[in-house]
Amino acid sequence: MTREQKSLWLHAAVVLVLGALYFVLPEYHAGNLARIMVLAVYAMGYNLLFGYTGLLSLGHAMFFAAGMYGFGLAVNHGGLPAGAAVLIGIAATLVVSVVVGFLALRTRDVAFMIVMLMFAQTGYLIILYFGEFTRGDEGFVVQQAQRGLFGFDLSAQGIRYWAALILFSACLLGIAKGVNSRFGKALVAVRENEERARMLGYDTHRLKFLAVVLSGVLSGAAGAAYGLLFGYIGSTFATVQYSIFPLLWVLLGGAGTTLGPFVGVLFMFYLIDLSSFLTDAYMFIAGIALLLLTMFAPKGIVGQIRASRVPWLP
Amino acid sequence: MPKNNTRLLTRRQTLKSIGAAAGAGLVMPSIARMAHASTQGPIRLGFEVHRTGIGSSYGRWYERVGTAAAKRINAMGGINGREVEIIAEDDGTDPRRGAEVVERFASLHECDAVFGTLFSHVVFGAAPRAGELKMPYFVISEGYHVAGGLLNRYSFQPGITDVRAQVKAMAPYVSQNLGKKVTMFIPDFAFGHDHRDFFSEAIKNQGGEVLEVIAIPPTETSFTRYFPRIPRDTEMIYHVMVGPAVLTFVRELGEFFGGRGPALFGYIDSLEAVDTASPGLEFLEGSHFWEGMPRFMQPDADAHEKMYREAVGIDENGASVDDPRDISTAGHMFGVWETLSVIKMGMEMSGYQTRADTGSFIEAVESLTKFPLSDDFPQGEKIFNGKTHQVFGHQNISLVEPDGKLKRVHRTSIEDTLYENDVDYTTQSL
Repeated sequence: MTREQKSLWLHAAVVLVLGALYFVLPEYHAGNLARIMVLAVYAMGYNLLFGYTGLLSLGHAMFFAAGMYGFGLAVNHGGLPAGAAVLIGIAATLVVSVVVGFLALRTRDVAFMIVMLMFAQTGYLIILYFGEFTRGDEGFVVQQAQRGLFGFDLSAQGIRYWAALILFSACLLGIAKGVNSRFGKALVAVRENEERARMLGYDTHRLKFLAVVLSGVLSGAAGAAYGLLFGYIGSTFATVQYSIFPLLWVLLGGAGTTLGPFVGVLFMFYLIDLSSFLTDAYMFIAGIALLLLTMFAPKGIVGQIRASRVPWLP
Repeated sequence: MPKNNTRLLTRRQTLKSIGAAAGAGLVMPSIARMAHASTQGPIRLGFEVHRTGIGSSYGRWYERVGTAAAKRINAMGGINGREVEIIAEDDGTDPRRGAEVVERFASLHECDAVFGTLFSHVVFGAAPRAGELKMPYFVISEGYHVAGGLLNRYSFQPGITDVRAQVKAMAPYVSQNLGKKVTMFIPDFAFGHDHRDFFSEAIKNQGGEVLEVIAIPPTETSFTRYFPRIPRDTEMIYHVMVGPAVLTFVRELGEFFGGRGPALFGYIDSLEAVDTASPGLEFLEGSHFWEGMPRFMQPDADAHEKMYREAVGIDENGASVDDPRDISTAGHMFGVWETLSVIKMGMEMSGYQTRADTGSFIEAVESLTKFPLSDDFPQGEKIFNGKTHQVFGHQNISLVEPDGKLKRVHRTSIEDTLYENDVDYTTQSL
């Protein structure tokens, strides 16, 4: 079996297992998994830029929030149906990522990271500034009646789970295919040695620009989906904290691996959730666990498995 | 030792036995009911606490009051004969975590209701999930979100009044006593915008006007550069700052005016959990504050307030009885106590036993109209609007005295706080 075939089977198995889990898991964990899958899409978008292209961004919350607010404002103020509003959310992210990518890619390395951070901070303050429409820091609720898609009520537990799974699967399989394509390999070439890739004739600036746009759009799709499935639009999701989360998730799961983002979100989510059973100081436990993981598995969980046992892991 | 073990019962013993049997017959059904109730386990109330994050100074005291209120309810026999168990979880003052915590309460801990959220953005984040899970969700937030119709039928605010009501009730006093030309300092987010909008309208109705609104970005750490924007003819400065930088704001305001300048009227939010006698706050002498419930014990404090203070563990200065430096959030935290009283009333009215009774519980709370001044409602009597799910009550305006203590100088009527309904949640399906 070729590497590509193994990869295909693995991803298909992950999707099938997630589908099967819905019938096995208690309601609480099924609800968690729906949330984890949506956040994993966000992490996958981040991984495309950081893990595959080697560009460290501290401003991805602006993409997530652009999708979320594009969706929420279109529903609440534009009165659009949920399906059209999701498309508006994704289109808003596309515009933001094109503009930000065009400007931010004039810098590199640490400067790129800082410029992205500044853009994200600007995005956050814009949300607060236009509080009349966005309700500022409080945000607003997308009511249950506004969350229907193709006749399905996405606030219902089961429907929400399957909607999250469909989105997650599409992104996972798309990324798995994409990173094995010529384009994906070219992105990895940029990450490994940009000078050499340029010398070989690749337009590295164009590749990085496309990576920013694709990464932004995926993150925005996750933001729009979050608003649609969980009914809340809030500026907290535009804060720097939500730019750091995907970095953490990807580092924990394994940068430059297709399953790493999902594993990272899953690990982090349950680390906090389970440790909060044990003590009020759950963030302390989470901090120690993260520290240990960083020390003993610096390539992340999936990255470490790939390095030590399963070299074909995508 | 009896000499004859087989002796017959005397007439007296027979009568005693019959009496005991009759007594047991009367008592047994109650015992059976209690036994039945106890087999159902306790009533579980999820307490969403801001233990960490920006709301932690409030959260700590909210938790203390919630624990004291539950202890009192249990000492009185619980709710419908069942013990009340509080399950408290930290939401990090974060809206995403808030929604997750509500989910944990509903699905994992199988709670009967959730209460306790203060910060509005967490309320907005968690309320949709509570509605989807059909989980009664009682907030103690002051926001206009519940009565404004922005949430859902499962969200209530029966323990504390909202900003719109507070501002409307206080405008007559402050315009008559402190000044009609006002400059407002507000945090530049939704809570501040509510103050701006509702106070501007209220002061206009009193013949006054807002000359300038100075909105401070939430990330700001220094405030002196905003003070030159205060118009010269300002008669009163209205401030309502929240968050970790409030003390800096108040101190810098004092340094700027040096005890002179316009009259000051602030929300105690600016100084909750802060000692008003702290060095640098001397200039506050003579200024006025809104308080939901007085921090300092007033000379006319009634027995209910004294009982509440003792149960919660705060002294006459509103500080912890264990540590006089640990200042409470007395202006707001009574709402936790009163919210638990409302939950108890609603559950007892509806005969609540299991989650299947949630609909009747919601309807029972919606049918409540008045809460009398009592140990259940030590802040004062209240009017509850079942359509908007919002409570209305007295507001207090206090003066800072030379020793730094706050003395109540005005108490508004409940009628002053009322406004027309913006929503009727009872029309929404259960």
